[in-house]
Amino acid sequence: MKVLVPVKRVLDPYVKVRVKQDKSGVDLSNAKMAMNPFCEIAVEQAVRLKEQGVASEVVVVSAGPQQSQETLRTGLAMGADRGVLIPTDVALEPLAIAKLLKAVVDKEDPGLVLMGKQAVDGDNNQTGQMLAALLGWAQGTFISKVELQDGAAQVTREIDGGLETLQVKLPAVLTVDLRLCEPRYASLPNIMKAKKKPIDTHSPEDLGVDVTPRLQVSRVEEPPARQAGIKVESVQELVKKLHEEAKVI
Amino acid sequence: MTPAEPARKTEGGAPAQSKPQFQWDDPLLLDEQLDEDERMIRDTARAYCQEKLLPRVLEGNRHETHDRAMMNEMGELGLLGATVPTEYGGAGANYVSYGLIAREVERVDSAYRSAMSVQSSLVMYPILTYGTEEQRRKYLPKLAAGEWVGSFGLTEPDAGSDPGSMKTRAKKVDGGYSLSGAKMWITSSPLADVIVVWAKSDAHDGKIRGFILEKGMKGLSTPAIEGKFSLRAWPTGEVVMDEVFVPEENLLPNVEGLKGPFGCLNRARFGISWGALGAAEFCWHAARGYTLERKQFGKPLAQTQLIQKKLADMQTEITIGLQAVLRLGRLMDEGRAAPEMISLCKRNSCGKALDIARTARDMHGGNGIADEYHVIRHVMNLEAVNTYEGTHDVHALILGRAQTGLQAFS
Repeated sequence: MKVLVPVKRVLDPYVKVRVKQDKSGVDLSNAKMAMNPFCEIAVEQAVRLKEQGVASEVVVVSAGPQQSQETLRTGLAMGADRGVLIPTDVALEPLAIAKLLKAVVDKEDPGLVLMGKQAVDGDNNQTGQMLAALLGWAQGTFISKVELQDGAAQVTREIDGGLETLQVKLPAVLTVDLRLCEPRYASLPNIMKAKKKPIDTHSPEDLGVDVTPRLQVSRVEEPPARQAGIKVESVQELVKKLHEEAKVI
Repeated sequence: MTPAEPARKTEGGAPAQSKPQFQWDDPLLLDEQLDEDERMIRDTARAYCQEKLLPRVLEGNRHETHDRAMMNEMGELGLLGATVPTEYGGAGANYVSYGLIAREVERVDSAYRSAMSVQSSLVMYPILTYGTEEQRRKYLPKLAAGEWVGSFGLTEPDAGSDPGSMKTRAKKVDGGYSLSGAKMWITSSPLADVIVVWAKSDAHDGKIRGFILEKGMKGLSTPAIEGKFSLRAWPTGEVVMDEVFVPEENLLPNVEGLKGPFGCLNRARFGISWGALGAAEFCWHAARGYTLERKQFGKPLAQTQLIQKKLADMQTEITIGLQAVLRLGRLMDEGRAAPEMISLCKRNSCGKALDIARTARDMHGGNGIADEYHVIRHVMNLEAVNTYEGTHDVHALILGRAQTGLQAFS
């Protein structure tokens, strides 16, 4: 069974985010970029499925600026077999990405799409669900465990207040949560081998998808700086402030 | 959150119309000078070192303990003998990548980087370059995997900067050689499975030759050196040889004279020139963070001119030093690096790093002497790094000879 893993290039989650001076967006000039951490978990799981002999081939796909090729190489260095790059300078929205992925699924015919539950840049948490709907496939979201059986996947989902176990028919779209597995480090020999693995390129036009944004960002601002707390002299003063200023009691 | 950015033209490089941004921790944008796989190798090394080595180093340094498994872990990731061809178990990476690895390992601790450098440059490199095909096949894959730990025996109690005065002798005996002598300050020797020892060989007109010794050979012992105040997180020891029989097939056949050990040392010194800057970067970032947080007289220390001057000096020396070692790495990869270039960079990186570490210790005030802040450990380590593999002064003599034509060693 072929497994398709979409991966996204995002601002490195460990660097400080700067807002552009004109507040039109986040300043990415010279910023360190990395694979979205949830995508890394999806790649790791797919590679493990291959190592277990359940998956026959792992294909990573990325849509975004040309440099997304580097993100694909990271996936290849972790053990994926080949990559698909959809280069575009347009800022992609979840629906556009889902449509692009559907077009790739139509070409590649995978038995499973494993992807991050969300990317840490937009935090939208929409693409996986939209893709499942466009394909008319089953979906399992926020999964922390997966077992593949004959024509079905048993998945454990992390939901409010507990865990839910579902059986979903394959082919399916599964979106992974943090606790599914711990991604491996790409070893040096695998990084060197990844250079030789093939990456196919298809433009959004080749795939027949209109990726024009439908949303307009009006303004981006940094969260307000936290004010220092104050010390109260007595319990009476605390109660008074909670009642009159904070209005919580 | 990174919301949509309409008509974003470039991502890595700054768009032409916007004002170029200064990046305080990478002022000359070194990151952009690396290629894709070099960046990936750096990222792997950094992630491993920060997540797996940093948590061990405090106890390791405090109690002089080490985790032998570190070598297996590094081996698994391909960090040992990174430049060795894949057919012998290496990664086939370039020297810039090797430098980047050294920088990340030494950002945590010079002792860990020493173990990595010795294995890669002083044990695997001579076996690859001066050894027979049988020796390569026998030793390199296991050394690359970290299954075996390697050591390099050149320095003696009375032969440091002047290795030509070594006393260790190889006497020709039936079927091989008998080695006697003592080597001092040998990284990893108490753990070593394989030791490349340099000795004057009677059968070769008294010329220096390399021999591969193995743990368990009769007459060979490798006691640890106690009481080190530097490189405490990884063992250093002696190699004592009392008529150790070394079979003929363990002689490194393809080199004689000091150029054998010097060829190895050049590679290791290149790694040191990157590594020392990694330690310096740690100290600089720590000093910046500490002085931003620490408030005295009603304001952060970092808001004073004395502190800012020190931070600016650190930033400048590290930035220039990294440009130098990157250039040196590119020249090594093109096969155009002269040993004097390596002397220049090793000397510059170590001297500057030591100075930066001492200044960072000072900026930490009283806390600077506590090991939890890590800076004092780097200070102690860099004292050794500035001394080993050619002291700061000896590299000055190499550079002095190269520009005057006059040798001032003796």
